[in-house]
Amino acid sequence: MKKYSLNMLLIVFAIGLLFAAHFRIIDSYIQIVVMTIGINIMMSTSLNLVNGNMGEFTCGHAAFMCIGAYISSILSVFCFGTKFGAPLLPAASVVIVFPIILLIGGAVAALSSLLVSVPSFKTRDDYLAIISIAVNYMIISAIENMDFVGGSRGFQGMKDTVWAMIDIFDGPWMLFWVINFTVFTVWVIRRFISSTYGKGVNAICQDEVAAEIMSVNTNKIKIINFMVAAGLAGCAGGLYAHIIGYVNPQSFNILKSTEAMVMVYLGGMGSLSGAIISAVIFTGLLEVLRSQAIVDGLLSPITFMFPDWEPSAGVIKWVMIPLLLVIVMQFRPEGIMGNRELGDVFPKLKKFYRFK
Amino acid sequence: MAQTLVQTDSTPVLEVRSLTQRFGGLTAVNDFNVKLLPGEMTGLIGPNGAGKTTVFNLVSGFYQPTEGQILVDGKLTAGFKPHKVTALGVARTFQNIRLWNDMTVLDNIRVAQHHWLGYGLFHSVVRSKRYLQREAEIAKEANELLEVFDLQKFADELPKNLPYGTQRKLEIARALSTHPKLLLLDEPAAGLNSSDVKDLIRLVRWIHENFDVSIWMIEHHMDVVMDLCNQIKVIDFGQTIAEGTPDEIRNHPAVITAYLGDDNI
Repeated sequence: MKKYSLNMLLIVFAIGLLFAAHFRIIDSYIQIVVMTIGINIMMSTSLNLVNGNMGEFTCGHAAFMCIGAYISSILSVFCFGTKFGAPLLPAASVVIVFPIILLIGGAVAALSSLLVSVPSFKTRDDYLAIISIAVNYMIISAIENMDFVGGSRGFQGMKDTVWAMIDIFDGPWMLFWVINFTVFTVWVIRRFISSTYGKGVNAICQDEVAAEIMSVNTNKIKIINFMVAAGLAGCAGGLYAHIIGYVNPQSFNILKSTEAMVMVYLGGMGSLSGAIISAVIFTGLLEVLRSQAIVDGLLSPITFMFPDWEPSAGVIKWVMIPLLLVIVMQFRPEGIMGNRELGDVFPKLKKFYRFK
Repeated sequence: MAQTLVQTDSTPVLEVRSLTQRFGGLTAVNDFNVKLLPGEMTGLIGPNGAGKTTVFNLVSGFYQPTEGQILVDGKLTAGFKPHKVTALGVARTFQNIRLWNDMTVLDNIRVAQHHWLGYGLFHSVVRSKRYLQREAEIAKEANELLEVFDLQKFADELPKNLPYGTQRKLEIARALSTHPKLLLLDEPAAGLNSSDVKDLIRLVRWIHENFDVSIWMIEHHMDVVMDLCNQIKVIDFGQTIAEGTPDEIRNHPAVITAYLGDDNI
């Protein structure tokens, strides 16, 4: 009972969500928000593996998302699209092939993480941050210069894959895949990080010298940890590309990486549940502050004093969210959860589920 | 003493041949030789900056020697990363305690068994049979080790919340959990008060009797070294200046000079 309670809850929730989407109880806007939340959970939990659990400071996570997005988009256009000629695979196989395409995108992203993980053998902290930013720029610039994927104009055509799925069964397919991959991400990370093998990552964070002396193969663990993080970010990128139906290298620039970092630091370093919670809050906040009415309401005391000032929601939200981050860092520098998990904060929850 | 007699057929746990380490123009260790037999308890002393910790760093694979060879259990360790040397059977503690402070005491012991986990990422994610079996074995062993070290009551504590003496003990326990043949103790008594030092002497002797391990220690507290070790090596400015039993060392003129200086200034 204890072992399966959360799983049951998740399954019920996911099925409920899918039904609601299928029967148009929630409209496509809400669906997009939910899918963005899922992708952001994948991004923040996977970055948390590197920045939180391993204590390295990388800020180029979107690069891996970009690689995953492009690789899986290209593959899906090859397999089911018409852009590069006739589809390679019959449209009926799409439901099986699509997750494989996403995983291949993730695998390539994982391989590309060597660009950051190999330098991380010898550098740490600020220097690794610079390297990771450089990798982010490198990958974006490389793709901008590849004409066969559209260069800086971006790449599209992967909606064909989604249409192929809808031809088989008219349902919220992308929502289905996002839920699956989000659960998969959290599942992989949780199991990895709670094993003795994965605790080597924490050991590296807390004292790398001691870890190496105490028989942890630090270089190997670093490579693997970066690979897991980048691979899962790559899957997130693939999903993102298929939801939007269009990818542009500039949508994976340093701003996107920063968004992932903000979610990690907001949630608390090294806390998986913190990363999930902050991804939900952050995405929710972005959407809520998009509404002009809410922004007007929030700022009414100020606009009352300065009637000439008419703040626009699209701009002002990028003042309010960083401000929130400043406030959180000021009064709770360890983030919402610190390095604790939900079960540590609310011990009563442990009755229903074991969190570690 | 019993152990020292039963060593006729055994290869030395550690053999160091003409080890030299230069940092730029500075020769930190010069032509250092040592042979440690199984079951021996040896001391390495010398004034500050003599190169003692450098020797330990070389043996544990942290530095690659400029010249010379290090053989652990008959195997050459040239080019080995520290974790491989540890896997061969050398564990060490640090002068300043280096525990993983945000992991529980039990996890500290468990992670130090990384070299023989026998499973990787895939097994840990799918929780295969091998994973479950190995995790159970490791947890059992870690608990047993905590039990014999009387640390069981701290199993879920964070090391940073423990008293200093207990942290020392835990660090030694963590080193032992890698199943070493040779335990290097780098100033185990540093920062301990006199009653803690007595406990430490008892602990080290107890480890020596109950675990199948040779011990090599650096120590500044002479009473600890004189009390525990049957062989002592003294180095100064990277050179070996004396070696012998505690009694020989105590009255060795070179040692007295090294520590107290010449009398004709």
